[in-house]
This record gives sequence, C-alpha cells and structure tokens, in this order.
Amino acid sequence: MTKPDPTPSIQRRPSDDDVLLTLRGVVKHYPIKHGIIFKTEIGRVRAVDGVELTVRRGETLGLVGETGCGKSTLARCITRLFPLTAGSIVFDGQDISRLSRRELRPYRRQVQMIFQDPYGSLNPRRRIGSIIGDPFAIHGVADGAERKRRVQELMELVGLNPEHYNRFPADFSGGQRQRIGVARALALRPKLIVCDEPVSALDVSIQAQIINLLEGLQDEFNLTYVFIAHDLSVVEHVSDRVAVMYLGKIVELADRDQLYGQPRHPYTNALLLAGSIADPDRARARRRIILTGDVPSPVDPPSGCRFHPRCPKAQQLCFDTEPQLQPEPGDPVEHATACHFPVAPGEDLTVLTPGIGSAVDQPTEG
Amino acid sequence: MSASELSEVADLPDPAVPQPGVERQVEGRSPWQLAWIRLRRDRVAVVCAAFILLLVLVAILADPLANWIGYNATDQDQVNGITADGLPVGPDAHHLLGTDNLGRDILVRIIFGTRVSLVVGVSAAVAAVLIGVIVGLCAGYLGPVVDSVLARLMDVVLSFPFLLFAIALVTVVGPSELIEILVIAFFSWAAVGRIVRGQTLAIREREYIEAARSLGAGNLRIMVIDVLPNLMAPVIVYVTLLIPVSIVFEATLSYLGVGIIPPTPSWGNMISDAQNFYQVAWWYLVFPGAALVLTTLAFNLLGDSVRDALDPRTERLFAK
Amino acid sequence: MALLQVRDLTVSFRTSDGLVQAVRGVSFDVQKGRTLGIVGESGSGKTVCTQTLLGLTRGAEVGGTAEFDGQDLLTMTSAQLRRVRGARIAAIFQDPLSSLHPLYRVGWQIVEMIRAHERVSKPAARARAIELLDLVGIPQAASRVDDYPHEFSGGMRQRAMIAMALALNPELIIADEPTTALDATVQAQVIDLLQRLRDEFDSALIIITHDLGVIADMADQVLVMYAGKAVEIADRRTLFYLPHHPYTQGLLESIPGSAGVNEKLRPIPGQPPSLINLPSGCAFHPRCRFVMDRCLTEIPELRTVERGHLSACHLPLDLTGLGSADDSARQQAADAGREKIG
Repeated sequence: MTKPDPTPSIQRRPSDDDVLLTLRGVVKHYPIKHGIIFKTEIGRVRAVDGVELTVRRGETLGLVGETGCGKSTLARCITRLFPLTAGSIVFDGQDISRLSRRELRPYRRQVQMIFQDPYGSLNPRRRIGSIIGDPFAIHGVADGAERKRRVQELMELVGLNPEHYNRFPADFSGGQRQRIGVARALALRPKLIVCDEPVSALDVSIQAQIINLLEGLQDEFNLTYVFIAHDLSVVEHVSDRVAVMYLGKIVELADRDQLYGQPRHPYTNALLLAGSIADPDRARARRRIILTGDVPSPVDPPSGCRFHPRCPKAQQLCFDTEPQLQPEPGDPVEHATACHFPVAPGEDLTVLTPGIGSAVDQPTEG
Repeated sequence: MSASELSEVADLPDPAVPQPGVERQVEGRSPWQLAWIRLRRDRVAVVCAAFILLLVLVAILADPLANWIGYNATDQDQVNGITADGLPVGPDAHHLLGTDNLGRDILVRIIFGTRVSLVVGVSAAVAAVLIGVIVGLCAGYLGPVVDSVLARLMDVVLSFPFLLFAIALVTVVGPSELIEILVIAFFSWAAVGRIVRGQTLAIREREYIEAARSLGAGNLRIMVIDVLPNLMAPVIVYVTLLIPVSIVFEATLSYLGVGIIPPTPSWGNMISDAQNFYQVAWWYLVFPGAALVLTTLAFNLLGDSVRDALDPRTERLFAK
Repeated sequence: MALLQVRDLTVSFRTSDGLVQAVRGVSFDVQKGRTLGIVGESGSGKTVCTQTLLGLTRGAEVGGTAEFDGQDLLTMTSAQLRRVRGARIAAIFQDPLSSLHPLYRVGWQIVEMIRAHERVSKPAARARAIELLDLVGIPQAASRVDDYPHEFSGGMRQRAMIAMALALNPELIIADEPTTALDATVQAQVIDLLQRLRDEFDSALIIITHDLGVIADMADQVLVMYAGKAVEIADRRTLFYLPHHPYTQGLLESIPGSAGVNEKLRPIPGQPPSLINLPSGCAFHPRCRFVMDRCLTEIPELRTVERGHLSACHLPLDLTGLGSADDSARQQAADAGREKIG
C-alpha cells in the first residue's frame, strides 16, 4: 500500500501506533423542532450516528459515501465547527470534544479545512490577499509587511501569481480559487487538513492539478489528510486507507488496495461498480449492481443494518440486529466490515434480487 | 407549461459577471468598482443623480439664492405678492412661481423646504439604517436566543400605529426638527432590521463563514469583516429607497402640523396651507407638490438603478 | 440522412466586458437510435451549443444552420420552435429541482406537457403520466403522481424529468449533465434507464457531460469541445484508445487511475482560456505540451484522421494513441515544428 513517492528518502508508510486523531462513538444529531416560541423536538436527523475511527500521522484517510451519509457532518465534527451530541475526539493526545470556543483556539491552528465550493468558500467582497492572510490576522501571528510577505509566499507555494494579491475571488477561475483555499489552510502549518470534497466542483484537468498539489504539499509538510469525496477514483488515487459511510455509520474500513480489491460490504461492492469508468471496454465488461431506491432518510433510519432495504443479500437477521464494524474471518485485522453476510471474493451480486425490505423508495430529506 | 420553458433562463451567461473560463484580464476591479461602472452607464441613474445633486446644492445655497432672488422665506410682499382681494398672485416677473396667501415667494419657500426635506429625510434614513443594520446583524448572526428577542422587538415596533404615536408624542414634547428625525428613524429601522436579519441568516450559512469559524475567528470579527461587506449592497439600496420615504414621512408630519412649525417652510406645511386656496391659486399647491414628487421619484429611480448595478442578476439581461 | 445536422454553428454574447464567443463554428450529425456525447469543461460551449438548438439563448448572436428533419431550427419562429420542443425534441437538465415547477404536482406537470402538444383528454393524459412514471422506475407511480417535486428524492426527480421528456415520444432527447447532480448508485440507475429508453423508442440522444465515465458508458459518437470549437470527433473506442488531439489526451490522462492507481496524475497545465480574449491560433496552444510555431498563428481545421475520426490539431495525422511511445513520436514531431519557441 505504499504510495508513489517522488522523494523516496521520506518514508510515508505511517506506523500503526502513531495515531494523530481518534474518534470514539462520535454522534451528531440535529433536532427537528416545531413551534415558534415554545419549541418542541419532533425528531432528529441522525447525521452521524456512532463513528469509530483513527487517523494516523502522515496518512491520507479517504472517506466516501453518497449524499446524506454524514461525511460532511463528520468533517465538521472533526474541525469542531459545532458541538458533538456524544462521543469524543482525541487529537494528538488531547480530548478536544468538550473544549470551549476559547480553549479551541490552539486546536484551530493545527487543524484546517478545505471546502468543496471554490465559489462559496471565499468571501466575494474581500481581496484574496486578506483572505489568505486571515489565519495570521485571527491568531495574531504576523502583521503588515510581514503578513503580506508570508501570504505571497503561500501564493507562490500553491501556484498562484503573488502579484495577484489585490485581486478579488471573481477574478479567478474555479481551480485557482481552490488554490486560494489551499493556501489559506496551509498558512498556519497545520498538522491535519480535512478536505471536504476539494475537487468535486472542478473540471477534470483542473481536478488533477489540485490533487497533485495536495499530494506534493503532504510530502513537503508531512501533512495528514482526511479526504472526503464521492468520486471513488479520486479517493482511490489519494488515500492510504478508505472508510465507506452509509447513513451516519462507517460500514467498511480498510487499506486502499484491500478495499478496492476485495470489498466485503455489499454497499461498497455496489458503490465500486456504480462509479463511472472512463474506459469503454471496461465499462461494458463490468456488470453493475443496480441498487433499487435511494438512501433512506436519516431522520428515520431502517432498523438493524441500515442498508438492508436496498441490500441484495439482506435476510431476517439484517432486519433485526445491527452488525458491528469488525474484521471478517479471513480478512486482515486492518479490514473491518459491518455486515452479517459479507461478500465473498468472486461472489456475483448482480444475480441476486433483494430479499426482504422490498425496496421502498423513500425520499431523502434535507 | 413545458419543462424546457420552465428552465428557459438556466445557464445563460450573465454579461456583467465573469464567466467560468473567462479569465478577466483587468487588474482586480472590486465588486464596488464594477457596480460603479454599471451605474455610470445607466442613463436614468445619471439623470436622477444629477437632479439630486442639484437639490443638495439648492439646499446648501438656500440663503444666497434667496438673496439673489430678492425675498426671504418669510418676507411678505404686500405690493406685488398679493392681490387687492388678499389672494395669492400667480407666476409673473416678480415671483417666478407665484406667491402664497401671505404674499410670500413660493420659489424661495420651496428652496428652503428642500433644505428641511433633505436634512430630515437623509438623517432619518441614515439613522434608521444604522440601527437596523446593527440590530439585524445581531439578530441574524448571534443565534436563536438573541434572534427571538430582537425579532420580537422589531415586530412590536412594526405593529405600532405610527401616525397616532407621532402625533401624540409631538403633542407632549412639542414639534422640532430633531424630534421629527427621531420619530421617522424610530419607525423605519425595524423594516431595515428585518431585511438585514434575513440577509444575515442567508450569509451565515455560506461556506466562507464556516471557513472563518474553522480558522478560529470570533463572532465580532466575522460579523464585521465577513458578513457586513456582503450586506452593504442591500443596505445601500435600502438607504436610497428609505430617503424618499422619509421625505414623504416628513411632509406628512408637517402637513398634519406636527412637523416643521410655520413660518419655517417645508413642502408638507406648504401643501397643507395651499389646500384652502387651490381653487384660486393652483401654483400654490402644484409647485410644492411637484417638488415633493420629483424628489421622491428621483431617489426611487436612483435606488432601483443602484440595486441593478449592485446585483447584476436582476439586470435586464438582454435589453441591450 | 441524419436526424439532426448542425453546420458551422456560432453563438456569441455581447457583454459589458466584450464579445463572448461561446461557440465558434461547430458541426455535427445525430442519427436515429444513436447517442452523441459532447464532452468539454466549463466554458467550452457545450451547453450553449445545445441550448441554442432549443432556442433557449435569448440575446445571443447565432450563426450557421441546424437542420432537424429537414427544417432549420435556428430560423424557426418561437411558435414553431415551441411546437417542436417538447413534442419532437425533449430536454433533460442537470438540476431536476429547478426544472420541475415546485408549486405544481409532478403528474399535473406531465399532463399539462402532454396536453400542450396533443389533443387528449385529461384522464387519458393522466393515465399516460402514470405509465411513464412507472416506466422510469418510480415505485407506486399511481399514488406518487400527485406528489409535489419536493416530496421526490433527487434521483426520483431526475427520473420524473426523464418521464416528462419522454411523454411525447420525442425523436431527439438532449440530456445536459443528466447525472452530475446524482450519487454514484443513483447515477447508475439513470444511465441504465436512458439507455434502455433510447433503444425502446429508437430516439436519438445527445448527452452533454464533463464526465468521461458517462461518455464511456453511453456514447456511440463523441465530440470533444474546447473554447467553443470541436477539437476532436470520433467513435467511442477510437476516442478513448486512439485519441489524436493533445487536449483529448490530456483529459484522459487527468482522470485518476487512468495510468494506474500509483502513477502521478498528469493534469493539463494552466487555466481554460477567456472566451473574450482567445489565444491566437489554436486556442489550446498555451496549455499544449506539443505546441509548435504554426499553432500560435494558424487555427487548425478539423481534418480526417480516418473515416469518422476528425481532429483539429496541426500534429501529423498518424500520431494517435496514449502510450509513451506515441508521446515521444508527438514530441519529435513537435520539436521539428519549433523554431521560434523553445
């Protein structure tokens, strides 16, 4: 699972015990309230519903899943953009899940985020020099000429022309704006960068530029990435390990090659075969597992295994009992799957028809 | 209605906004500069702005103008300004726009009325917008608790019977220009506050605000540095639209006798006085009325143009 | 004869910054029962191109011809065009939520659509709407026909849009990024559906997308656009395995995994050009690895590489393919064509 390394002298293989970030039972529910003055809770959106995860120093952990699976919410839990409903997050030995806004400030310098929308994530009314300089201004790191010098250094680093310091976001194309976002995230030399779909809004040729940029920066500054995307080929390219999320839970977690080579969860299988392949012969040759229906609403997730209404292998047990995320017999310890009836290597799911649950097409909400 | 018609405007390039893939060659023109360029191209805006500028000049130069014309606002011209029957005199060589029932020159009185209208209108509008922006920003940004308190407050203010209140208040404390400004501002800020609150709620959800929060920026910094500049466009539009409203408001108060006290002229009290004479002296009513209508119109049209310039999406895209 | 023949289509918009040349002379044919894929990145003009055919680019300056079944779409009056649009040419857009009216029931919208073009009774139209929703895989279509768009999920809305597009058995379906807003598993459903329907109704299909995966799945013929021009036209396999134009090659190499998971990606350097201020000569030359002297001055015409394969590039026509041997051959040819530029 070693990744190509332009500078072979740096060993990128992260060691198993050098953990940077640990998530234990992380839960984030959004209450749905009704009423104007006296609000009563009428339900909750179970966006993230008990996630266990570790991120090792220097690795890229890919997080994949479809709309509404909770991957973006999980990213915002890690960056503590809002309080957790339950669970804990330990970063570099410190539990940051209960810290107040003020106590979080040192953490904010070490964990940064890159956002999906290169148009929405930059304030249209501000010059990019001051946008990239924000981290310095907020943390009182550098002022005046010093700040300008460091901002221009960053701009150079991410491949922007430092002379464009005084331009506005509207003067840049999507790819260049994403570079601005990367420069801002790098300003304080963080240890961890959470990338929330950093390339999905970009054109293919530009996407590759940004991926290469992120990879280069990782090598240069020994960064750790949590890389969220719905595009499986992008995640395969950048990740060391990959976690697959479905309806607020991780359903499979493994080394990249393991996960893509021998996916055990039926959902992972479907996802991998559903993704588009830019190769006509391979595209024709593969047989898609056409999942029926859509992702159910996280307000009222299905009982037992949350995937059971859409799963071709579902049985009564899946309806009744929730499977635990654990290594299946025969798999490496690293490879955990939350499934009662994991897919055996070589098994063809396309010949199966959904057993129970009869695929009720439920609209997703929100 | 077919699907294709429903989405007829989808995906068309907006001429004023840089296209994806259209890298702009110009050196970092700010959104404000772009708006200014669009505004300057708008003929209606230029004419209105020129008219308003003229009004401002007239208001500032009211005294020298009056001297040059030869009458003061309260001078009663018993010789040429009033007929033998004691009625107003129509426009003639002595009084360009005629006189009122006391023989006072209407042109001069309109000139002084301009001063009152602009001072009261502009200061009340600015004060209202200042309060409205601060309250709206806090309500929109600081979360549900602050929001519910401030939003209720705005509801209360908006549900006041404002004319009754204004008349009652003035009866108690006595009319003055300052009281008039305060009354107008008090009844206008809540509407601004509501709009600003709505805008703030929308901006709050933008990713760049999230980005600022993830960097550790405090509430005040985000409100001032990230939210406020994005509110400026609607606020500027609101100021230009609130000024004419305040001018009319002022005229209404003066008309009702609770604004500017005679003999100081204001358009409102002139219109009020003219009511008794309009059958014999049309000029008495028409000229102050025209001044009020034209001024209001100029501000309103300018406000529309400013909105178009600041928000190119509402521009009539294909009118060119 | 082709169902749709577009010849030398040009579209430009006057803006305050200057003339935006969105489409600069594009020609293509679409045959009955076939799928044409148009690929390109944002700003390449692919969407403007088809919107012009549908008469949806008001205020644009349009040139060229677009003969649909012998009639020029570009010279039709808006009334004539309205009759064709919907009934004979249907469109599916990227964002199904903004294409369905939020305040009317889905079924009602389909019924209105049918009744706007055909004289049928309301119950008959409604029965047809249910049939269509069922056809595109909406479960319990008979009851969901009365839902509002917001009660449908993203995938269902896109399928409802497709149902609406199919309501009048159109001869040509234009789908603009039909799967972009959808998740992978739902995307698979929609692609599957579009393919089945095209075969069933023997319609012609134009798919506009930036996703080469969708093209690999669906298109028979592919047109690659860059800066408002067609740079390469080929059948699917030729395009993916034996591309001629360096832009097509760059696109293919930019896809993660195209050269093996562990290889570094080879993005196309630089940014897409300004459509107001186009580069001289070949619009791609500032980003091209194989730029030669003549690329700076001469706009390359589409030339036939072989039957059905056209490319607008000055490189010798026999230099196709993606391998490193092909690359070095290109490099040699490019070096030979360079004197002024290093």
